[in-house]
Amino acid sequence: MKSVIAEDLVKTYRNGAVRALDHLSLDVEEGTVLSVLGPNGAGKTTCVRILATLLKPDSGRAMVGGIDVIKHPDKVREVIGLSGQYAAVDEILTGWDNLVMFGQLYHLGKKASIARAEELLERFSLTESAKRPIKTYSGGMRRRLDLAASLIVKPKVLFLDEPTTGLDPRGRQEMWSVIEELVKGGVTLLLTTQYLEEADQLADEIAVIDHGKVIARGTSDALKKQVGGERLEIVVESQNIAKTMEVVATISGNKATLDEGLRMISAPVSTGATALIETLRSLDSAGIHPLDVGLKRPSLDDVFLSLTGHAAEEKKEEEVATTGRRKKAKK
Amino acid sequence: MSAFKDTMIITQRQLRLLTRVPEVLIFSTIQPVMFVLLFRYVFGGSISTGQPGGYVQLLMPGIFVQTVAFTLAGTASGLAEDMKKGLIDRFRSLPISQSALVMGRTLGDSLLNIVVLAVMGIAGYVVGWRPTSGALNVAIGFIFLLLFGYALSWVGIFVGLSAKDARVVQNVSFIVTFPLTFLSNAFAPTTGMPRALQYFAEWNPVSTMVAGCRELFGLENQFGATAGSFPSENPLLTSFLYMLVIMAIFIPVSVRKYKRSAD
Ligand SMILES: Nc1ncnc2c1ncn2[C@@H]1O[C@H](COP(=O)(O)OP(=O)(O)O)[C@@H](O)[C@H]1O
Ligand SMILES: [Mg+2]
Repeated sequence: MKSVIAEDLVKTYRNGAVRALDHLSLDVEEGTVLSVLGPNGAGKTTCVRILATLLKPDSGRAMVGGIDVIKHPDKVREVIGLSGQYAAVDEILTGWDNLVMFGQLYHLGKKASIARAEELLERFSLTESAKRPIKTYSGGMRRRLDLAASLIVKPKVLFLDEPTTGLDPRGRQEMWSVIEELVKGGVTLLLTTQYLEEADQLADEIAVIDHGKVIARGTSDALKKQVGGERLEIVVESQNIAKTMEVVATISGNKATLDEGLRMISAPVSTGATALIETLRSLDSAGIHPLDVGLKRPSLDDVFLSLTGHAAEEKKEEEVATTGRRKKAKK
Repeated sequence: MSAFKDTMIITQRQLRLLTRVPEVLIFSTIQPVMFVLLFRYVFGGSISTGQPGGYVQLLMPGIFVQTVAFTLAGTASGLAEDMKKGLIDRFRSLPISQSALVMGRTLGDSLLNIVVLAVMGIAGYVVGWRPTSGALNVAIGFIFLLLFGYALSWVGIFVGLSAKDARVVQNVSFIVTFPLTFLSNAFAPTTGMPRALQYFAEWNPVSTMVAGCRELFGLENQFGATAGSFPSENPLLTSFLYMLVIMAIFIPVSVRKYKRSAD
């Protein structure tokens, strides 16, 4: 069953001058993770906000948990959790205050709200700072608290908009393990990201979006295949370059290319590890000992490049991700 | 029913904010206390009132009204701040009544006025303010003031949603509130103003509020310069009508604007 379905969503801003979503369609199978991957300005936040009932599309249809988002937003709100791009918690209040308040707003009752708040604080390693105002929290702690707030009543579908943007590597790692934990618990997750490795790490499926459209989708591996197979890469001493190029070209059946600076010879191969072993054998019998050797699978950056013809560059300098604050695009 | 509960939870949040940042409360009372002292001792001597008890009797209702009028700025900038932080997105994604947030905020901000007015009242008492109308009338006077603050708080919601930047909101609110409080009978008789301004001043809701409070606190309303006009003869009724009109317009308009503010 599909837990999330978006069909032909169109959303424009400023009377049509900005087309944030341009017939975007996607779906998420129940209990799986879809990562919406795209550069800044691609339409990720707009898409999430529509699915989370915060925004009405100009046209198109969306269902979450089997409920029509446009017709029954109040029902959808009962089954979703949302953690937006910017941590949406009350800075002045403490972590404890925040979670108890949100629990009460979910109509848990005071006692149950407190119990749930303490449980979540514990789970996200925030117990120690529970009684401190949020403004004293680090970026990672804020994001974790924000995530905790979206999990107060176990949501069926969870939306995370760029959960690690602006975090340092450690914060990101922590967030990843928290998310992986959640996914094991069986939640359906739609997660947006600008980081290719994040999508690779967390998602069952990836939808690449650009200019408000899905330009490719599939598993991480399938997307990589779409770009072409693996590349064999060998670094050798200068005097061995010519001979190595010959060997590589013969075995791969493709023209070998040379990066002179790195003294790296590479060529696409279709047989993967077999080609690697064969090449090493031939080189060995020719008395050549490579300095480095490897099979490189294309990165998702390569995927983006080959899909769009341009690198995953930012569309506009409109958002500042590091401050964790919303900077309104006023132009 | 659950809408009411949600509203109460948000109201609690507004009040809890105050216990977490007592500075807000301190600053929102320091300014009016300063006004009391300045007007009482700097201008008080040069304004002859012919009122038993002197200028401070006339001044205090003016200060009270001015203080609650600033609820508009407080609500507006607080809401703008929440909008900026994306906090509103979280509230909107919760399965709660969509108007609970603005309902709770206006209520919470108005309840804050109880504390502020109490501090003002004490400060006034210290410098010689003595209402002569009995406890009941004084209490009605304060309820009247709170209601005025509540009505303006709804205008604040509208302003806060319209401007989005908290600092702009502050400035806009002050630009609106300051002239209104001075183009009135709050601090000085309107008789000295040019004729056109006198008309403006007598219809100004701040004037009718001030005149109404003076009446409730047991003073003769001698600042109503244009005697015989409807607002100066019926300040309480006029103020009440103003509040009804403000709420009748701004409650639905602000709620609607809030619900649509995402698109
Ligand atoms: N409120 C808005 N007003 C005008 N333009 C907007 C607004 N929100 C987003 N946009 C524009 O819509 C496009 C998509 O934005 P967004 O969904 O935020 O992208 P992403 O989250 O992928 O960075 C961008 O060009 C952005 O500038
Ligand atoms: Mg975004």
